[in-house]
Amino acid sequence: MKKICISVGLLLSLWRAGYGQTVDLPAYEKRRLSLQEVNLVSGYYQQDGNNSAVTGGIGSEQLTDFAQSIDLVLKATDRLNRQHTLTFDMNIDHYTSASSDKIDPLTVSSASRSDTHIYPSIAWTVQNSAKRTTRGIALSYSTEYDYKSYGINLSFAKASADNNRELSLKAGAFFDTWKVILPAELRPEGYGSGAHGDRDPIDYKPRNSYNASLSLSQVINKRLQVLLTVEPAFQQGLLSTPFHRIYFQDGAETVERLPGSRLKLPIGLRLHYFMGDKVIVRAFYRYYIDDWGMQAHTINLETPIKLTSFVSVSPFYRFSHQSAVRYFAAYGQHKSTDTYYTSDYDISDFTSQFIGTGIRLAPPGGLLGISHWQSVELRYGHYVRSTGMVANSLTLLTKLK
Amino acid sequence: MNINVKTTQTTLLVGLIVLGLSSCVTVKEYQKNRINDAEMELSARKSEKFEQNFYLYREGAAGANGGKSGGGCGCN
Repeated sequence: MKKICISVGLLLSLWRAGYGQTVDLPAYEKRRLSLQEVNLVSGYYQQDGNNSAVTGGIGSEQLTDFAQSIDLVLKATDRLNRQHTLTFDMNIDHYTSASSDKIDPLTVSSASRSDTHIYPSIAWTVQNSAKRTTRGIALSYSTEYDYKSYGINLSFAKASADNNRELSLKAGAFFDTWKVILPAELRPEGYGSGAHGDRDPIDYKPRNSYNASLSLSQVINKRLQVLLTVEPAFQQGLLSTPFHRIYFQDGAETVERLPGSRLKLPIGLRLHYFMGDKVIVRAFYRYYIDDWGMQAHTINLETPIKLTSFVSVSPFYRFSHQSAVRYFAAYGQHKSTDTYYTSDYDISDFTSQFIGTGIRLAPPGGLLGISHWQSVELRYGHYVRSTGMVANSLTLLTKLK
Repeated sequence: MNINVKTTQTTLLVGLIVLGLSSCVTVKEYQKNRINDAEMELSARKSEKFEQNFYLYREGAAGANGGKSGGGCGCN
């Protein structure tokens, strides 16, 4: 708890940095808080494969997920002509998973056969045009059947005099708690299943994550701008998933075991180029390395094409390759003398590709004659992984203004 | 000659960034009609929100793309 208080204190002091400077007061333009934008996002995701970590790296990875999200953006201008933006974001997703049903195959319905994930957040930013600064704070909460999280994020950005360059700093922390649900056959005597109505005790373990982000954006010319982001993150606590099974070479069985800390370093470069009058190239590259031995390269290319003034299509392609963490081995390949072990193919060596397209309609007078209904976008993507897993994703975005 | 591939890649990346930044021109506000286009915004699109979530669960690498870099969910 003491560590948490110190972390929050440090983050708040970072956010406060910069106050106390004198300001030239611009003309009084106070405007009351008003709703500026509403975004509704609906998503459907479905996957299948044969490397479920719940059953030790073999077995069905079938999963479907329905997700709903609504965010409300409210803006106000204060007496000092600073623009305040409040964003309320509410997300709910419900999934059904074949592998989670194997946690407790003896019961009719196990603890995590299906689950609902609810994660609201609230963000407040203050943009000071006179000083070209933006400060922000965001709080988040997330709850799943076996997982709870509280998050805080602080941000500060400063733009150059000509507004062609911006330096942005962010710092965040998540304070999470796992409910330690073990596979049925590996529970000690008297250990609870985690299911509703089971009064036997069950363990709770923390997982804390801290991240910082440094970004530099630059307008190169009238058509090109770039963004470089370095985002180190540190996690500690229970980083393994307690219901992932491991099968050793000698046939013995246990649960996944991973180190209690992980240091990650992703570096991303985004480049957006307006080509001619109708085509935009959105390119993104990320290099990733962590202290579990994983390295990854990710490239994303998307090219929105403006077919008319209010219709655009956005074909996209994403390629990613990651190396395995040093603790990974397939089903039945781990030695019982190993210190750490996982058969989770999500952190194995693989190449993934994601291809699809989006279509966006944004007529000048609003959709179907409704002036506030600014746009609608439908997006579909097909994901393939060299481990054999395939997935499909469909998203519908509706924007009201 | 033994060339370190990683060093070469890093040098190339840094070189490209330095070259890019050094070739910047001052763009006035009235010249930013293309830069200010909604599709040019230097962040992930809102419609990518759930895709970023599934990357976080299905892949080990995360962060530096506008999404989470770990924590806040029972993901990698």
